[in-house]
Amino acid sequence: MVDARGNIKHHVRSELANLFRPGDVVVANDAATLPASLSGRHGRTGRSIEVRLAARASLDEVSQFSAVVFGEGDFRTRTESRAEPPTLNPGDQLELGPLQASVVRLLNHPRFILMRFAGSSREIWEGLARHGRPIQYSHVPTPLAVWDTWTPIAGPPVAFEPPSAGFALDWKMVASMSARKIRFGTITHAAGLSSTGDPQLDALLPFAEPYRIPRSTASMIEHAQASRGRIIAIGTTVVRALEHTAAIFNGFVPPGERLATQRLGASSRLRIVDAILSGTHERGSSHYELLRSFVDDETLNRIDQELNAHHYRTHEFGDSVFLEKADKQMQSADQPSVAA
Amino acid sequence: MKSNHESTDSIPFSPVPAPPDRHPGNPFVGLRVAITGGTSGLGLALVRELLNRGARVAFVARRRDRVEQVGHELPDAHGIVGDVSRKEDIHPITMQIVGGLGGLDVLINNASDLGPMPLKLLADTECEEFERAVATNVFGPFRLTKALLGSLSASAREGRGAVVINVSSDAALNAYARWGAYGASKAALLQLSRIWDEELSHEGVRILSIDPGDMDTPMHAAAVPDADRSTLKPAEVAACELGDAVAAALLRRPIVQEVFA
Repeated sequence: MVDARGNIKHHVRSELANLFRPGDVVVANDAATLPASLSGRHGRTGRSIEVRLAARASLDEVSQFSAVVFGEGDFRTRTESRAEPPTLNPGDQLELGPLQASVVRLLNHPRFILMRFAGSSREIWEGLARHGRPIQYSHVPTPLAVWDTWTPIAGPPVAFEPPSAGFALDWKMVASMSARKIRFGTITHAAGLSSTGDPQLDALLPFAEPYRIPRSTASMIEHAQASRGRIIAIGTTVVRALEHTAAIFNGFVPPGERLATQRLGASSRLRIVDAILSGTHERGSSHYELLRSFVDDETLNRIDQELNAHHYRTHEFGDSVFLEKADKQMQSADQPSVAA
Repeated sequence: MKSNHESTDSIPFSPVPAPPDRHPGNPFVGLRVAITGGTSGLGLALVRELLNRGARVAFVARRRDRVEQVGHELPDAHGIVGDVSRKEDIHPITMQIVGGLGGLDVLINNASDLGPMPLKLLADTECEEFERAVATNVFGPFRLTKALLGSLSASAREGRGAVVINVSSDAALNAYARWGAYGASKAALLQLSRIWDEELSHEGVRILSIDPGDMDTPMHAAAVPDADRSTLKPAEVAACELGDAVAAALLRRPIVQEVFA
């Protein structure tokens, strides 16, 4: 836990709820994780491929996705070392178990495509549910079941990878927040790929990700803004969504569905989120860049040293960091934005 | 197939949405409902009844041919092939429900297993037959409700009302010879419902156990082949009564969070 002045303290996970105070609004991402890895064959060449769904234009889009394509092999091989897929051309058919898809076009990269599933939405959902496998990486050697990748509060199946900060939550915590007058709300954000195995594509991460803010969550945030309550984000996807909306609407957070296109980093001004609970992501990833909007690099270095010294686990099934927005930001940038 | 859901801007701000003009006090219009065991007996009657009341309905059953048959008869309903007694099926079922409907407001855990067929004394019941009844009647509803709890809870926060109905039986309460496996499993489901309803009261998610009574269905015929069918309640009547009970629960739901307290 890192407070607004940069002091670092260690806590047991079960003490997490104690970090929240009455009047706080805690917002989590309730996206359930799609089993977005689809194995199959490239029709024209007959070669084995793995397709990893990566993004789509809206939360309701059923048939059209952008995807990263790999050649033979699976998650046990490091993503950077995976075989290249065959050459992909518009119109190519992909046979992915019970699902049929066609390549609509390439997205400026030989392994990044726009693809369209054939069939009704009922058939597509069944195919994804039955044939899809969770996207996973070589640092977890055993195959994941879908239930391993859903947080306890998971709802709409729209995320391509788990919104992993949500693994810190459980229903006991949610109940205790209610009892302590801490408001708990959710947004739904289509958390995307953390790695593509290709430096050119990785540089484009995160892709544009659709999200939805429900009315009840928007109300809670508005109330917290009026009463100077803290707004605490469970995970980087929540920060991305709330700050994207606040930037469009000049500090307000109305409900609705939008497409988050911005990247947050060291120079970003946080208008809404006061603190974040995040996994211990590796330096250089887009998640790490987002944390730089909360605290300066010197503090992040000290955090890194503490995490290593105390053997915290990294990646999505590891431990968590609770960061308050650094004080200097709060003084200079955070003026209340209340309508006249 | 309707796969889109309304944007949040179309949900009325008040936690209790205004009832539509068609039926005063009908909270089902536009409501997202999932029914297990939806191709036969009470389940099928519920699919028809709730579609008639304006709900958006997904139904789950094990046999693909029956799911497709019901899907042809009722093209507005979203049919899902799945077996709630298998833990590997729970998340695929959940994905298809929430993906297909865009969320969930009401779950009806109706799929049931009688245990040994024909019914047997407990002393003659194979443990595996009892386990199968428990897997379908207790762990199916438990796992499915858990997997859908995030969606139901989100629905409650939006003031849409979230209700889980666990279909029960008087065999859960009364000691009928040869109904041991079924009765014990339904008793477990009843108690599970009561405790879970208590635990979720802060979330605004209701868990209700409802006994529809003795009905003229294939399941009843399998259990009691020589019953006088004229004394049994038609499944359509039971479905209507159950629909009314769910409506009552939805309309009485508490306001979950007083934002401007």
